[in-house]
Amino acid sequence: MRTPELTDVNPPYLFPAYESTVKRAPHRQVVVLPRGWFHHMPGPVFGRIPLRPNDNDLTRQHAGRPLGERILLNGRVVDSDGRGVPRVLVEIWQANASGRYVDSADPAFMPLDPNFTGAGRAITDNDGRFTFRTIKPAPYPGEVGSFYRPSHIHVSLFGPVLSSRLITQCYFEGDPLIAHDAIAQSIPDQKALERLLLRLNPELCEPGGIDSAIAYDWTIVLRGANATPMEV
Amino acid sequence: MALTPSPSQTSGPLWGFALMFEGSDRAVDPSSPGAVTIRGRVLDGDGLPVAWPDALVEVWDSDQFARTRTDTEGWYSVVVAKPPAGVTRDGRALAPALNLAIFARGLLKQLVTRIYFPDEGEANAADPILDRVPEDARDKLVARPDGDGLRFDVILQGDGETAFFDF
Repeated sequence: MRTPELTDVNPPYLFPAYESTVKRAPHRQVVVLPRGWFHHMPGPVFGRIPLRPNDNDLTRQHAGRPLGERILLNGRVVDSDGRGVPRVLVEIWQANASGRYVDSADPAFMPLDPNFTGAGRAITDNDGRFTFRTIKPAPYPGEVGSFYRPSHIHVSLFGPVLSSRLITQCYFEGDPLIAHDAIAQSIPDQKALERLLLRLNPELCEPGGIDSAIAYDWTIVLRGANATPMEV
Repeated sequence: MALTPSPSQTSGPLWGFALMFEGSDRAVDPSSPGAVTIRGRVLDGDGLPVAWPDALVEVWDSDQFARTRTDTEGWYSVVVAKPPAGVTRDGRALAPALNLAIFARGLLKQLVTRIYFPDEGEANAADPILDRVPEDARDKLVARPDGDGLRFDVILQGDGETAFFDF
């Protein structure tokens, strides 16, 4: 009998080291429902979300070349049995090479790069794979009193069922800032945190030349993606 | 042995430039038959609005999807179609309802609740999901008529706290 979804690897709602959780975490227990009641219904239809052919190359969205270290993010979305999940919408957003988001809510401590927006979209192929070409975002200072956040890319995924809706972040393997980051450290389980690490893949790095890029692998394991009619 | 799932992390407040798109708040054409506007406020444990830029609000079921954000006073608004009644995998009838998910700065994982419809008294009373919700929080999952549309507030914490589902 398969019970993969019983493992909760998610951070708690209340995590005082991340101060903004204090007034936003529910006090009551969440209502637990049998998994077959709505979690396994087909996921939302995201077809209205615009997706263009070059949306996965963030280095070519402007006339000029963005500043920073080019990276190739080779991702794969799998279910808890390791099988690739096709047709997953992957949306990413990130800061530029100096740690600034284009977003109007950014505190603007760091400069914009006129050649970098930092938003991308992709759909996984039949084997669950997707690729983004982008630049490595810089760490940036957090809210007053907190540390620099480690370099990270935000990721949103729509899997095949309602419960596979996920927003998370990925980090760069070996970044010493991860150990000091309240958001990353809110994950109670080290193995689960490791799921969010991009791992250097020297085989796929593109050496030399103006468009060379450092390649990283990332496997995302979606909950609920292996839902079968047997699981209730 | 099942693989460890990827854990959730907060959306933070800086996603607007990437996730919002033209018409993202309208799952259906507002002039189409059955279209309904649902609006409400998102409030924190001090009763303060979870205001721009913090809160991403998504309303969806298996057939539709709307995405919006709260404004500077914590209001959100979406245009959706009232969904048909559903059924669980084990054959229980479900009242028409939509899922509402909130992602925000300060939420390390989304909060998910359900929006029920005020003209479905009988179906709501028999709904097995509502039946699992503590009685004092049940009524608050039923949107209430408000002008031409419906009102559905979300209180993250404290007095009048919204019932959220394990997700």
